Amino acid sequence: MAQGSLIGQSLPRVEDDRLLDGAGCYIDDVALPGMMHMAILRSSDAHGRITALDCSAARLVPGVIDVFTAEDWPQDMPVIPMRLIPLESSVPFLQRPLAQGKVRYVGEPVAVVVARDRRTAEDALEFLELEIEALPPVVTRDQALAATGDALMVPEVGTNISAQYQIGRGDIEDAFARADVTLKKTFQSHRHTAVPLETRGTIAVFDIAAGKLTIHGASKVTFFNRAELAKAFNLRNDQVDLITSDIGGGFGVRGELYPEYYLAAEASRRTGRPVKWIEDRREHFAATNHSRDVDCELEIAALKDGTILGMRGQVRADMGAYIRTNGNVVPAKAGQFLPGPYRVPAFACEVLALVTNKTPVGTYRGPGRIEANFFRERMLDCLADELGMDPAALRMKNLLGAAEMPFDTGDLLPNAQKVVFDSGDYPATFRKLLDECDWDAPAQVHSDGRLHAMGLACFNESSGGGLYENARISVAASGQITVSTGSSSMGQGVETAIRQICADALSMAPERITVALSSTTLLSDGVGSFHSRSTVMAGSAVGQAAAELLDQARGEAGRRLNAAPAELDYSDGVFRVMGQSDRSIRLSDLSAMLSDQGGLDVESRYEQAPLGFSFGAHAAHVAIDPGTGDIEVLDYWVVEDVGRVLNPALVEGQTIGGVVQGLGDALYGELVYDDMGQLLTASFADYLLPTSTEVPDIRAVATGDYPSPHNPYGFKGAGEGGIVAVAAAVGNAIARAIGPAGDAICQTPFHPEKILTLLHAAKKGKQ
Amino acid sequence: MYAFDFVKAASVEEAVSALASGEAQALGGGQTLIPTLKARLADPGTLISLAHIDSLKFVRAGDGMVEIGGGTTHATVAAETAQTYPGLADLAGRIGDPSVRNRGTIGGSLANNDPSACYPAAALGSGATIVTNSREIAADDFFEGMFATSLEEGEIVTAVKFPIPEKSHYEKMAQPASRFPLVAVFVAKFADGVRVAVTGASNDGVFRWAEAEKALSADFSVAAVQELKHSDDDMIADLHGTAAYRAHLIGVMTRRAVAQMV
Repeated sequence: MAQGSLIGQSLPRVEDDRLLDGAGCYIDDVALPGMMHMAILRSSDAHGRITALDCSAARLVPGVIDVFTAEDWPQDMPVIPMRLIPLESSVPFLQRPLAQGKVRYVGEPVAVVVARDRRTAEDALEFLELEIEALPPVVTRDQALAATGDALMVPEVGTNISAQYQIGRGDIEDAFARADVTLKKTFQSHRHTAVPLETRGTIAVFDIAAGKLTIHGASKVTFFNRAELAKAFNLRNDQVDLITSDIGGGFGVRGELYPEYYLAAEASRRTGRPVKWIEDRREHFAATNHSRDVDCELEIAALKDGTILGMRGQVRADMGAYIRTNGNVVPAKAGQFLPGPYRVPAFACEVLALVTNKTPVGTYRGPGRIEANFFRERMLDCLADELGMDPAALRMKNLLGAAEMPFDTGDLLPNAQKVVFDSGDYPATFRKLLDECDWDAPAQVHSDGRLHAMGLACFNESSGGGLYENARISVAASGQITVSTGSSSMGQGVETAIRQICADALSMAPERITVALSSTTLLSDGVGSFHSRSTVMAGSAVGQAAAELLDQARGEAGRRLNAAPAELDYSDGVFRVMGQSDRSIRLSDLSAMLSDQGGLDVESRYEQAPLGFSFGAHAAHVAIDPGTGDIEVLDYWVVEDVGRVLNPALVEGQTIGGVVQGLGDALYGELVYDDMGQLLTASFADYLLPTSTEVPDIRAVATGDYPSPHNPYGFKGAGEGGIVAVAAAVGNAIARAIGPAGDAICQTPFHPEKILTLLHAAKKGKQ
Repeated sequence: MYAFDFVKAASVEEAVSALASGEAQALGGGQTLIPTLKARLADPGTLISLAHIDSLKFVRAGDGMVEIGGGTTHATVAAETAQTYPGLADLAGRIGDPSVRNRGTIGGSLANNDPSACYPAAALGSGATIVTNSREIAADDFFEGMFATSLEEGEIVTAVKFPIPEKSHYEKMAQPASRFPLVAVFVAKFADGVRVAVTGASNDGVFRWAEAEKALSADFSVAAVQELKHSDDDMIADLHGTAAYRAHLIGVMTRRAVAQMV
């Protein structure tokens, strides 16, 4: 089997047999001897001073072995740091594991009960006597900006603005001065979040005698979390292990360094017992990172022929009560991706992050991109209407072409990191989408009494990143190969991807490769799974480690076979002296011979090159019921150039899953707060998710026409392209379906009642 | 969930006697009660399961009536009334999802009287009779507002008798995912008049729309209800729709139901 022959094959997902047979091992399947259970008292007030917290009655509940609060923390409580886009101005708003003196959102951890079982722990929560003196709740961006005195999250800071900066390129004043047409609109992307089937969970085992802390149920960024937990509990990195398990969906919200990891570790330290915590669904809605919740005032300047001259605006993100590990990713990416895959010679944007009395915001699949794509793509359809242009023609005119690559985007990030689009021919890929969905065909007349229309949206999308990734490959004497990476499984199929790349690089049958991901015991270092980076970064690291391993093995084989390394052929795990097939040695034998040096076992670090940018486009066909406003998405198309395609089936699955998730977010799921900062959507009765019957026919096409020049395989990310333009394409389709009334489609989610109200208002206007 | 004792009743008599002890709660298919317990919103000392009482599980047709045992699941009703009372079968077959339809029971749904449940519309719209362990109650006297019925403490719905109309149709604007009606209307045309029952809309639970009944009894056509508008007084207003939207949907659903029947 030649190297390279497995790249591009739709190998079946290696994880599926295990997961579908019920043989997966999720965190709640893990039980340790002597294990106790933790339940968390969470604030039911959005903002207030803790005036009393009496734990004495809870301590007396039979079966309870410990109760603790912020007061009981042995030293200063650790501060949970920012991992991504950390800005100095955000530092005062970082969270600690337990509320200290004040509560700032409904769901904030206040106290912990440890008991022999979960039920007892939950029963005991009701015996904790917490008194809170209410402070004015801040629940909107405008309230955050206006806040003074008691409405300030941290009064010493004097403002609820946690970050504020300008980005841009070109001469914006000149662009607007030269424009034939300018349009100004305000858009909003609503607060929602990922809803993985499996909620979060962990088991902490603090073995004080051995000086060892083990955290089970880790994922996403295990090495960063290890280092921070080590710091928090005065341990060295090598005294802390983070162990991953199967995971029922990650989508960006799982595996971040949340307060609960610290609480479980502290509970175990205090009690000397393993302590398990499994989040329930109501907790999930209030305690796991929320996301989006960004608004944008946007203005566009164009010539009569549709040439975009410039865009300017302001992006305001509601960050919730604290800045968590994802730092300023959401607002920063919403700003950075506003100009999108278009030329936009002049661009100016102010980015604002605001803290409010709501659950903190973090990254969820396509952070900032969903928002930016919705704002910009709706604006482009409004501009097309204004100019009387076909929305496809307007986009085609402004998309960046192959001759413009690489394209320097200018200073669009607060940390001055340079961003350059690496490769692609955006109009050519967009053309493929238009052909797929038959955009140019005469509009069909539908006779079902509904209003039908199609909508379009384009995007581009960064991938990779995260500085570096490690991979380790070891060869057992049995011939079995084990490969590990710092990237972890979030259910996205990375085990299959890693196995495929490793098998290809070692020119071996995939069945001989075992994949073990991301536990900190498996590698010396690593980064993790986010930003569509696992195939790009971990995949490249595996290729690099395999090459190093073969290099080392080749030298050793030459010595053993008495031949120069260059005289050796390698394939299928065997080195042969060229032209002499009887003079050969297997990798497994070499590994056995080297057993005193640990066998063949290579760990390699792949350093990040510039990011790769995929480009894609979505089209949606919707039908609106004019009597009820009900929205049905009938057909959906995605074409995305993801660079070189490793596994077409995996990419298609990622894209279709992303579209479904995006439809749920655009049409159903919304985290709603009332004026007092109470979360009104804390169950599936109110937070609606799409089921199979809401899913339209989805055609996902991945092209591999424009490989990234920045990694050895030419990969670009494929994890987010399915979701990032759904709100935009569906919003545009709805707007076109309802005619002039559609101009007001500026906010997600799209609810039937809103659509009906717009239709009625338009009718009245006409009369 | 709080701790509770669990009694598996083998007969209606056993269930009734177990329910007589304080803080006991009857459990049908559990499609409402179990989530309520899991959210710690109810704390019954004892749950009396009716799921194993065979005498509560039957569907019988005859004399222009369909009689359904209180412990019959929605899936069974959907399957077994398809020939005799297709409007009812269609309603039952669109409640929730397959797991709800295979656990939830008609007696449990009626006794709970969720203001957004489907069955109350069928019972009220058909002029059904609710049979309990001690008496028979006309549907018109049974529903007493959101989550309230004329059932006494410890009284169990053992059967429901549905008069079969000439024609009927249930038109539902369903919530995505839960399939609860945002608003749904059950229209039944009998020889002596038309009944129109509305669910999902009112803070008072299921109700009959008298104006529509009168108009349709005089002239069973879409035109007869074309201009009818329901007031939005006391309509449910929540995350999923305002009172005005629900009032509007009552008209739309009624017209669509009639359009299916003429």
